[in-house]
Amino acid sequence: MDQSRPLPTNYVTQPDRVITSRGKTVRTEEMIINMGPQHPSTHGVLRLEIVVDGEIIVDAIPHIGYLHRCFEKHAEHMTNYQQVIPYADRMDYVASMNNDHAFALAVERMMKIEVPERVEYIRVIMAELQRIASHLVALGTYGIDAGAFTPFLYCFRDREKILDLFEITCGARLLYNYIWVGGLSHDLPAGFVEQAKEFCAYFKPKIKEFNDLLTYNEIFIKRTANVGVLPGDVAINYACSGPMLRGSGVNWDLRRDDPYAVYDKFDWEVQVGKGEVGTVGDCWDRHIVRVREMEQSVKIIEQALAGIPEGNVQSAVPKRIRPEAGEIYIRTETPRGELGFFIMSDGSGSPYRVKARGPAFVNLSVLPEIARGAMIADLTMIVGSVDIVLGEVDR
Amino acid sequence: MNPVRTYFRNIWLALSSIAIGMRITFKHLFVRSVTVQYPDVKLKLPPRARNRLYVNMDDCIGCDQCAMACPVDCITIETIKSTPDQDLGVTSTGHKKRLHVPQFDIDIAKCCYCGLCVYPCPTECIVMTDVYEFSEFDRKNLIYNYSVMTPADIEEARAKLKKAEEEAAAKKAAAAAAPKPAPTPPPTPLDPK
Amino acid sequence: MELLQLLGLETNLLTIIIVSALPLVFILLYALVTLYLEMKVSAHIQDRVAYMRTGWHGVLQPFADILKLLQKEDTVPTAADRFLFKLAPFIVFAATYAGFAVIPFSSVYIGSNINLGVFFMIAASSLVVIGILMGGWASNNKWSIFGAFRSAAQMISYEIPIALGVLIAVMITESLNLQEVTQFQSGGIQNWVVFGGPLPLTQKLLLLPFTILTFFILFIASIAEVNRTPFDLAEAESELVQGFNTEYSGMRFAMFYLAEYANMFLVSAVVVSLFLGGWSSPFGTALSGPLWDLFWFVAKGMFLVFMQIWIRWTLPRLRVDQLMYTSWKVLIPFLFLCVFAVGLILVL
Repeated sequence: MDQSRPLPTNYVTQPDRVITSRGKTVRTEEMIINMGPQHPSTHGVLRLEIVVDGEIIVDAIPHIGYLHRCFEKHAEHMTNYQQVIPYADRMDYVASMNNDHAFALAVERMMKIEVPERVEYIRVIMAELQRIASHLVALGTYGIDAGAFTPFLYCFRDREKILDLFEITCGARLLYNYIWVGGLSHDLPAGFVEQAKEFCAYFKPKIKEFNDLLTYNEIFIKRTANVGVLPGDVAINYACSGPMLRGSGVNWDLRRDDPYAVYDKFDWEVQVGKGEVGTVGDCWDRHIVRVREMEQSVKIIEQALAGIPEGNVQSAVPKRIRPEAGEIYIRTETPRGELGFFIMSDGSGSPYRVKARGPAFVNLSVLPEIARGAMIADLTMIVGSVDIVLGEVDR
Repeated sequence: MNPVRTYFRNIWLALSSIAIGMRITFKHLFVRSVTVQYPDVKLKLPPRARNRLYVNMDDCIGCDQCAMACPVDCITIETIKSTPDQDLGVTSTGHKKRLHVPQFDIDIAKCCYCGLCVYPCPTECIVMTDVYEFSEFDRKNLIYNYSVMTPADIEEARAKLKKAEEEAAAKKAAAAAAPKPAPTPPPTPLDPK
Repeated sequence: MELLQLLGLETNLLTIIIVSALPLVFILLYALVTLYLEMKVSAHIQDRVAYMRTGWHGVLQPFADILKLLQKEDTVPTAADRFLFKLAPFIVFAATYAGFAVIPFSSVYIGSNINLGVFFMIAASSLVVIGILMGGWASNNKWSIFGAFRSAAQMISYEIPIALGVLIAVMITESLNLQEVTQFQSGGIQNWVVFGGPLPLTQKLLLLPFTILTFFILFIASIAEVNRTPFDLAEAESELVQGFNTEYSGMRFAMFYLAEYANMFLVSAVVVSLFLGGWSSPFGTALSGPLWDLFWFVAKGMFLVFMQIWIRWTLPRLRVDQLMYTSWKVLIPFLFLCVFAVGLILVL
């Protein structure tokens, strides 16, 4: 047993089972296995301590903290709020634009800045492109967890096109520092709108190809249907959000229910899991919610590209960011769920306290609940369907 | 559903979805590859690419804005004030240079490539280039020293500054110790004659 | 022995040893080619090119891989059972190689022309299970044990569909000796067992659906026997790191790897000999002769190996209970049906 972290106080060790057969007794024990920080399928440095009885899991205890980089402490020592944005990028490094967006929104609300409409439209386009890129990573690696190595390469080939779009806009492929407090760092370059439209037209048949190859493959369905079922009320009690929550049948999406930016101007649908091949809330539902969210994102991007107004993206960027003393909590919908920033300002140029509510951290807490009773082979699929990024879990 | 029907339906679904998947991968056998052979073929980066930093020291006025903007404190700048008789020249953007810059170090290993140092520079002398192949074997080589002053220049500048400060201090002391001249009477208003 | 007569050499101990080592040479060459084929086929399926820098388009890469494995440090974990740990790869390879003794590579070459050919092959390749269990147990690693248990269960359950499939072919060809089975099918593609065998037309047409079905089921079972995706949970990278292979490195790992590839060819060779006409040319007497026979045999075997590679890179993997379900509840009932039907048709 790991001496550094005891088991939770309500953990009851099962008594050794005794089976009697023809006068002889055979004892079975539970085995404790470590799916260590380095493992091909834990999506980062996550350590899972699994207590198994044969092949059935009795308990799965996640140990995190291997990627803690003190984001919140760094934020307190920055000389101004703009300097926190590169750190916020690096929290959830797969969905960087969404992190910037949330933080920028929080500071703008505190300072009561109105950004030009062009900025809002471009922010929505970038956030939705980032959502597609992040879901491509999640779906590709989910295929690898299941054993299919090819869809991963196809997903990354499509993701390259999105990263090219980001690169011509702000110069970086993964960690952008693009969405600033009060505006954006650069305006869209010439040719961006055409390239983005080309991407949307290119991408729609690729989703269909991915579905044919992986999603509707009977072997994959058998691996993921009825596995890791998360009932809707349990998901709400554990504060899950994002595709975890929507996959369990709960119709809740912050872009529609607590709107920010200009999401209320577009026509799109919230995707909810319906238990088409199994129970509502199983791994396949979460998977199909992500696939369909990608389709909806393409729809939003096309509508936004058609309607971008003209304007100056830097006109509302304040020279000095000095919000008055107070606190604010803002929540946005990232590909993983509800990302929240709580900022407390004491009137000076640097924040007094920044707390990030990472969706992956909260979603991971439901893992012991849904992994109980599954087999080890299922555990890989369950962890993959939670879609964690350890940068956000550990911050 | 009837278990027998489910059984056969499962088998049929398995075979048909496997066949569809295999058809897709077979078609991809004949698709041209999307990768390039990197060392032989290098893709051109877009104009806004953010890679290695470069500082044009001819234009640097030593204002320290980039060092203050950096979130990871990778830029270290030290300046020496110049005396009025020294003419350090004018930058290409028209700013007059008033400070010597004996130390301008960028630790490119610490740099997070965010680009926040580029925006505040008044003369646009610090830029992010598109160079991405700059790995070194020794970590000390990743600290880039951009200053163009030789140690002799630095000594000279410091000595000049010290001399000028001493002269100014002496002048001030002499002015405080010298007898004050009689105050001139305030000017009377002109006779309205 | 016909090979020795053909070459005009006398049969003493030395020549017999050389002749029985010929499949080993073939296995080594074939492993190099299959390594290259696997990496290139998987690369092109994934829209990328594999190695291009070692030799022209990476032709020398398999040599580089083998060289790398050979020069690695030989580590044996401290708490491992040293004797079993070192013995396991050799048992796995030896069991696979023993099966090669009864495969007819050509009309003049078969390692050992015994009357029980295919029965011996099934028995000898069952020894692989012992080797895998040894490897998993001796590694003293929970993940290896998991892999070994799963793999043993899988291989044992899939022996039965293989035996039943072989039984059907043997019922049609009336011999367990693979050389005779192949000669029975010579004379062109219409005589192959998968299309009903060289029987009168009515019987052939009645047999046709059952033999084709048996061929597919036997092919699926042979993939399972070799531990390849979709049945590769014994070495499922995403779950068990490398399964029973986890603690092996260097030459021992190379031995396991070689044994896996040899096993791939072995089961393909058996399927080819029983169903696809072995070394006989599909055009009847045209393009036949001892060397042509070898060519046709290797070509058909490599075609089935290509199919195995293609399937590997397309499909996700099955869970262990689904694997058992497939074997016991899907493959075996259909095969029983085929056995019954084929027997009935042959008798009537």
